[in-house]
Amino acid sequence: MEVVVALAIGVIGGSGVYLLLRPRTFEVIMGLALISYAVNLFIFSMGSLALGDEPIVKPGVAADLAHYTDPIPQALVLTAIVIGFAMTALFLVVLLASRGLTGSDHVDGAEPDR
Amino acid sequence: MTTWIDKAMPGLVIAPVLVPLAAAALLLLMRESNRRAKAALDIAACVVNLAVVVALAAWTTRGDAGAVGVYLASNWRAPFGIVLAADRLSAMMLVLAAVLVLAAALFAVPRWHQAGAHFHSLLQLELMGVNGAFLTADLFNLFVFFEVMLAASYGLLLHGSGRARVRAGLRYIAVNLAASSLFLIGVAIVYGTVGTLNYADIARKIADVQHADRGLLHAGAAILGVAFLAKAAIWPLNFWLVPAYRAASPPAAAVFAILTKVGLYVVLRLWMLLVSVDPSALVVHGGDALVAGGLATLAFGAVAMLASQNLRALACYAVVSSSGTVLAAVGLGTAPLVGGALYYLAGSTLAVATLFLVAELAERTREVEAAPPDVDVAAPHLPFYVDVPGQGESSAFDDTGDTLLIGQAIPAATAFLGMSFLAVALVIAGLPPLSGFLAKFAMLAVLLDPRALDATSASTSIPVTHWLFVALLVGAGFTAIVAMSRSGARLFWAPEGRATPHLRAIECLPVAAFLVIFAAMAARAGPIVDYTRAAASGVIDPARYIDAVLAASPVASAGDAARVAPAEARR
Repeated sequence: MEVVVALAIGVIGGSGVYLLLRPRTFEVIMGLALISYAVNLFIFSMGSLALGDEPIVKPGVAADLAHYTDPIPQALVLTAIVIGFAMTALFLVVLLASRGLTGSDHVDGAEPDR
Repeated sequence: MTTWIDKAMPGLVIAPVLVPLAAAALLLLMRESNRRAKAALDIAACVVNLAVVVALAAWTTRGDAGAVGVYLASNWRAPFGIVLAADRLSAMMLVLAAVLVLAAALFAVPRWHQAGAHFHSLLQLELMGVNGAFLTADLFNLFVFFEVMLAASYGLLLHGSGRARVRAGLRYIAVNLAASSLFLIGVAIVYGTVGTLNYADIARKIADVQHADRGLLHAGAAILGVAFLAKAAIWPLNFWLVPAYRAASPPAAAVFAILTKVGLYVVLRLWMLLVSVDPSALVVHGGDALVAGGLATLAFGAVAMLASQNLRALACYAVVSSSGTVLAAVGLGTAPLVGGALYYLAGSTLAVATLFLVAELAERTREVEAAPPDVDVAAPHLPFYVDVPGQGESSAFDDTGDTLLIGQAIPAATAFLGMSFLAVALVIAGLPPLSGFLAKFAMLAVLLDPRALDATSASTSIPVTHWLFVALLVGAGFTAIVAMSRSGARLFWAPEGRATPHLRAIECLPVAAFLVIFAAMAARAGPIVDYTRAAASGVIDPARYIDAVLAASPVASAGDAARVAPAEARR
């Protein structure tokens, strides 16, 4: 499972970086969104991967680390998702304003001279 | 006075976050057309915040080694809950931020707050984010406060709108979002290897990290470092700074002067916490990189100052070179040197902010001047805008020769701006008698003292790095003098008959207050440097900080426990 998650993070992150470096604002915002997905998955995997384990102590299950998963990364990911979502929305507004003011979707606000 | 501060502790530690938050919320509810009331509330909140942080700063100086104020959010014990901690370094940075934001709020009243919506709310949220970043003792809360600070700064940068601001804003946001992703990756790796996010707990547990995980931990620390250093404008990660700060409206740019210092503060705080416990590995990995990066940034800023064509660009590069100076000093990492660098940081931050304000006041008249003067086609001389040799008898007379210009009073506004500019130039270039000179002197004295780094060593030779730092520090001062006198001559001497800038008293108030602060910082340099050196030694040897945070006990009574639940604990 670790390998699958690592590959997924790598593919999403790599695609995100590629898109971030593209000249169109829409590609940039997609790139940032993909990078934030990759980062969220990465934080999540830092709490060690486990299937079906409880994050909070449950009656009847022995209170040791073998039976539980770490809840902190889940809390961190929740916060990071909310913040990342808000920032992406804000960036989207600026992107539209830039499109409206310059009439171009190039990150420089104008097409490069050819 | 001490008694009420005692009563207010530890609630005083969280007040710098709550006061701006409450003010921003109230300001959001007020009608946008009610500008005077909004400005009044904003300024009142800034004054309250300033009073709170000054009280906090006074509290932290207690005892020989200083006190550390610790606030346990929701009454949870240190490594488990969210902790805010204020030591002397935090308190000093808080005072700096409070002064800057108050100045920006005052400056914006006559003109700039009308340029767009919610200026005052954004200013308060910016203050909240910055204060939180200085106070938090927890890596993930640092991320949250960073994002609050950045979100508000996006709004402030776009304040006034216009093509240039939106274009600069687009890049600024993209760069910062990418840096935030790096920040999160670093946080995740540190959590994965050390198993905690609390600064003090990280410092305590870092020695237990297994050898196999060391590489991962160092990589995580390096990724975190890149995120903070990009914020602190280290070369080559500072390409975003100049376009953004130049495009921002002047009061916003003045506040942005503190943002790079947040990056510097975090580098100083975290790096010293990690190094204090585990000197061998991280000094090797981090110290040289910080010094090299700082020196490169200083050199870049110094050269770019020469190349800058207007005052705002000059101010931006002054931000860069002051960041470089402080970073290099942090990298060398001895208390007297870092103490001098902190004194320098305070003076240069205020000077750069003043420069942004003065530049706007002085360049206001250029808009009037922009149109070329009417030219009489039939006149015998060519329509040159500059003085043509042979035309007119002497520069001491005006065109008709009737009135002697010598002895005529300079308009008060021009004289005020000229004096302010002169004072700012003295601080930035580091010339006597103002604080810039004393700060550079304090650093040079340590750098050129072979026993300052290691009192026990018998060698009297000074390392090459120190010589390089000295040379760059002096060279940066020289290029600053050249660049500032060139722009000053162009702005304040050359024009004859240019319209006098129309200044309002409330705009001049922050500038005048900054001039008084520069004079006071120079006059009271001894106590201030003592304070910054104590702050530096408190952060370089963080045992007291770690003990205070981990030993803080929850408030006893149930009523108190209910009272202290702050907003950010409910994320």
